[in-house]
Amino acid sequence: MWNSYRTDSDLGITAEITTFEGGDGDEIHAYVVKPTGDGPFPGVVVIHHMPGWDEFYQEFCERLGRHGYGVIAPDLYCRFGHGTPDDVAAKVRSQGGVPDDTVVADCTAANKWLRSQSWCSGRIGIIGSCSGGRHATLVASKAPGFDALVDLWGGGVVAAADQATPTRPVAPIDLTDQLSCPILGIFGNDDQSPTPEQVDVHEAELAKHGKDFEFHRYDGAGHGFFYYHAPMYRQEQAMDGWAKIFDFFGRKLRSQS
Amino acid sequence: MCTSISESSVVSGAGKGPGGWFPVTQATVGFDHATHSAAEHALLIDFANYDLGTDARVAVELDLASGRALVRQLEATIAAAEATGLRE
Repeated sequence: MWNSYRTDSDLGITAEITTFEGGDGDEIHAYVVKPTGDGPFPGVVVIHHMPGWDEFYQEFCERLGRHGYGVIAPDLYCRFGHGTPDDVAAKVRSQGGVPDDTVVADCTAANKWLRSQSWCSGRIGIIGSCSGGRHATLVASKAPGFDALVDLWGGGVVAAADQATPTRPVAPIDLTDQLSCPILGIFGNDDQSPTPEQVDVHEAELAKHGKDFEFHRYDGAGHGFFYYHAPMYRQEQAMDGWAKIFDFFGRKLRSQS
Repeated sequence: MCTSISESSVVSGAGKGPGGWFPVTQATVGFDHATHSAAEHALLIDFANYDLGTDARVAVELDLASGRALVRQLEATIAAAEATGLRE
């Protein structure tokens, strides 16, 4: 929870950009945040959103780190080249987006990287927003080894067959039976992607397959309401959403370690 | 991408980016989350030459009405240009 630490606690993080062996053995960049100390800490794979591996996501990782999680955020756009996040994202967009299979491979590798760290408890979560929410749901449905999933307003989790593209051939909802861990979903009721109706469809599919899920929907919020650098930010809903993330990860990644 | 709405084409021309003029080889038009404008989604128009680097890009974000107005301007201007018989 926010401001719940003791002022005399050993509170701190290290944060750095490193490289690790991603999918297909490619060396790619990752932003890594680790709490001060030897651990053990639960790990979290963070998946950045469509606008790229950007400053918001660095701070997103740092927030998780300050709450006791070892975090790795792979640069899913690394193979497309380097530049400012928006320039790289534009290049990725011009090529139809990063392929789903690449995302799954990189996040699987990130999970493996976390498990290889001496400080990692072996309990691993995965989280993403926007396209990253969809990616996180996809990864947790296709790759083993995740203990908790947070989908922040993932657009395209629910999609019709005619919306499939070469880079996004499958809608994650169609893999719901394969989802291997509990899921927390956080959504804004004014969002257009996913719409509240699509969230209903996703929720019903999770229930149908007997999955462990918790969905929270906020009035007065649309897409991306955690994004404090953008007009879509909604302070009250965002802070409550963060509290729900820490509560969920706490129960799924800490209390069961 | 959140929408998957994106079309790219090969183009021939020049654009002016942060490093000055450069040959433009690709145009991409998408509709997705805006990077800079206040809108949640926008027409994202990029004129780029990625052989020169990711920053060889002229970017514009427009609302849909502006995009339609731009299409009309382009069509009218191209029709007028062709009517003159002048070579490019």
